Amino acid sequence: MSALVLRQGFVVGPTTARIADVLVIDGVIAEVAAHVDAPLGTTEIDAEDCWVGPGLVDIHTHLREPGREEAETIESGAHAGVIGGFTALVAMPNTEPALDNVALVAYVLERGARTLLDVAVAGAITQGRRGEYLAPMAEMAALGVRLFTDDGIGVQNPSLMRRALEYAKPLGVTLAQHCEDEQLASGGSMNESLLSGRLGLSGRPALAEEIMVMRDLELVRLTGARMHFLHLSTARSVASVVAARAEGLPVSFEVAPHHFTLDEDSCETFDPMFKVHPPLRTRSDVDALRVALRTGLVDAVATDHAPHAPELKDLPFDEAPAGMLGLEHVASLTFEALGAQQCDPHRFFDLLSRGPARVAQLRHADAPGPLNGHGGSLVVGERANLVVFDPSARWTVDRSTLHSRSTNTPYHGRELTGRVRSTVARGHLVADQGVLR
Amino acid sequence: MIDSIRGRSLLTLNDMSRQAIVEVLDTAESFVEVNRRAIKKVPALKGRVVASLFFEESTRTRLSFETAAKRLSADVLSLAVASSSMKKGESLRDTIATIDALGIDAVVMRHQSSGAALQVKHFVPHVRVINAGDGQHQHPTQGLLDAFTIRQVLAERQGLTGVETGSSLFEGLHVLIVGDIRHSRVARSDIAAYVALGAEVRVAGPGTLMPVDIAHWPVSVVEDFDQAIEWADVVGLLRLQKERGTGSFVPSLAEYTFTHGLTWARAHRLREGALIMHPGPMNRGVEIDSRVADLPAAVINRQVENGVPIRMAVLYLSVAGSVGGTDQ
Repeated sequence: MSALVLRQGFVVGPTTARIADVLVIDGVIAEVAAHVDAPLGTTEIDAEDCWVGPGLVDIHTHLREPGREEAETIESGAHAGVIGGFTALVAMPNTEPALDNVALVAYVLERGARTLLDVAVAGAITQGRRGEYLAPMAEMAALGVRLFTDDGIGVQNPSLMRRALEYAKPLGVTLAQHCEDEQLASGGSMNESLLSGRLGLSGRPALAEEIMVMRDLELVRLTGARMHFLHLSTARSVASVVAARAEGLPVSFEVAPHHFTLDEDSCETFDPMFKVHPPLRTRSDVDALRVALRTGLVDAVATDHAPHAPELKDLPFDEAPAGMLGLEHVASLTFEALGAQQCDPHRFFDLLSRGPARVAQLRHADAPGPLNGHGGSLVVGERANLVVFDPSARWTVDRSTLHSRSTNTPYHGRELTGRVRSTVARGHLVADQGVLR
Repeated sequence: MIDSIRGRSLLTLNDMSRQAIVEVLDTAESFVEVNRRAIKKVPALKGRVVASLFFEESTRTRLSFETAAKRLSADVLSLAVASSSMKKGESLRDTIATIDALGIDAVVMRHQSSGAALQVKHFVPHVRVINAGDGQHQHPTQGLLDAFTIRQVLAERQGLTGVETGSSLFEGLHVLIVGDIRHSRVARSDIAAYVALGAEVRVAGPGTLMPVDIAHWPVSVVEDFDQAIEWADVVGLLRLQKERGTGSFVPSLAEYTFTHGLTWARAHRLREGALIMHPGPMNRGVEIDSRVADLPAAVINRQVENGVPIRMAVLYLSVAGSVGGTDQ
């Protein structure tokens, strides 16, 4: 028997919250009460003055394995994840080769099962993510894959995307799209704007994203298939999806922390650390995303954690690869965006755990699978995937102490408020006070 | 705003004050005389090491800079680098670290990526970086030598030296820049220099070759190129890269000539005394008629000639004023 107890935390359920002890026995929540008498030998975790909630779920993690192990491995990504409060990650399929068949999906699932947290897989929509032919989605779905995406690039061909939605619908899976029309983005490397013109960097216009969002919403209307929009970065993209969702279309969307904390002005130094696709947008887009977060319009915060080896970020801006780290600071950035001390803990866990678990079908209530049990309500009988978050902690991001194998964080030196204190995954204390257990 | 480039890197003209630009022009004027001597050398940078690092090949600009450095008695390390650092498999940081390890005071750098010179300055803060053109961003010495050439020619007509005129000849001067503004680092540097010196600048070109943010530039866009020709005291033509004229940005080169080429007919509608400029290399028959390029009004060879004294002035101010250490 293994047992641990989280003492006197502010336990945040879906609608209610109270100070309580949470007892975990053999990976399952055994008791939640004002005071729990724990069996002898139980690991005691002090959660006083902290929030206790469902473990965080990232539905957008680039783990880079196979193919780019110098930047990240499934194991190192899992380490960064548990330090950041995550108990489940969805591995993106833009590896080398792409996760577009059962052998590769099985490989990642098997490697993931050996890590400290749950690793789910998003499969590719098209073979090799080349946007030409459909990948074997039914076979991958049989292994438990619930999300499919060609992320890194969207499916450009509207006819193929329509067929992908028609094919996916009866499988009960969700297609997730990186919305950017690459012809309109025309190889640009930052937001198209006053600044890109002055810097002489070719731009990726907001319209490249918005036009694809609008296209895909109409394809959803046509096919009735479920769709998730990855890392929306503009006010108009968000407004389009929110309106369609209100109409009843089966759509959801996520926002990434860099899009609600950084704006395009960061690119003025030509530091490739700030290069990402979709690009950092204008201050008014950032503000619109923050309003959407606070008002409960956003389904999920997702990191788009994109490790790159240091030498690739020592290239000129237009040559450097796009992407930045996210797992280890997203909880703090989201907490701050929600108003720090004014942050509503229910909304915090909706955005970082319950919402993403719903999108990725990783909840207790979803179709049974070995990776279910995330985004829970903290009630007896649930799998114990939990996080302890200290809302009053202050800390400074230091790229040299990150657990990711890469260091490409745009937040180096930034002081943040609120920090993950402990992570309990599959019933085990896996990270505590910033240290792996 | 920077009021002097003494001891500093030169990355962009956007942040240079009128005073800083005039200082470079005046310094260059003293070097013009050096270039006319039988022995074309001064010891200003004796013992200093200047590396020229051209990621994007440009024989003309490289020779101009290297000539300038040698006339100042600097030691010159000339490194031909493959077209893309990524293709070569080396990061920009490693490339510059290798050069720096040889012991250099300044690096003259041309790169196909916007911002590369600024990045290099961050990698080696103790080295003066002279931007010899970065992507579509800036080409500061071109902007300076174009301004120098205008001042020189206009001052000669009044029997004065450029130094005597300061920036006065630019007050209200009408400058028309024509062509591919969008992709042009020369346009960005020229406009920064002319506007800082007090000129009124207008731009003309096909809609696809205007930058997205042109409404926020300190220039106005002319609707009618033919009318604007009669307005201009200086017409600055830009090179049209042939690949832009294959239907991607402009339907054909012939159509570009029809809409925005400085044809023989258009050249005859220029004001008396107007100057025609081009940063080279020219596409004769495309942006400029071959006969127009050879008119006395065309000061294109002057521009080339002035490249050396301007680059001497920039190297002298930037490097002689430095004693190692980082930029102020």
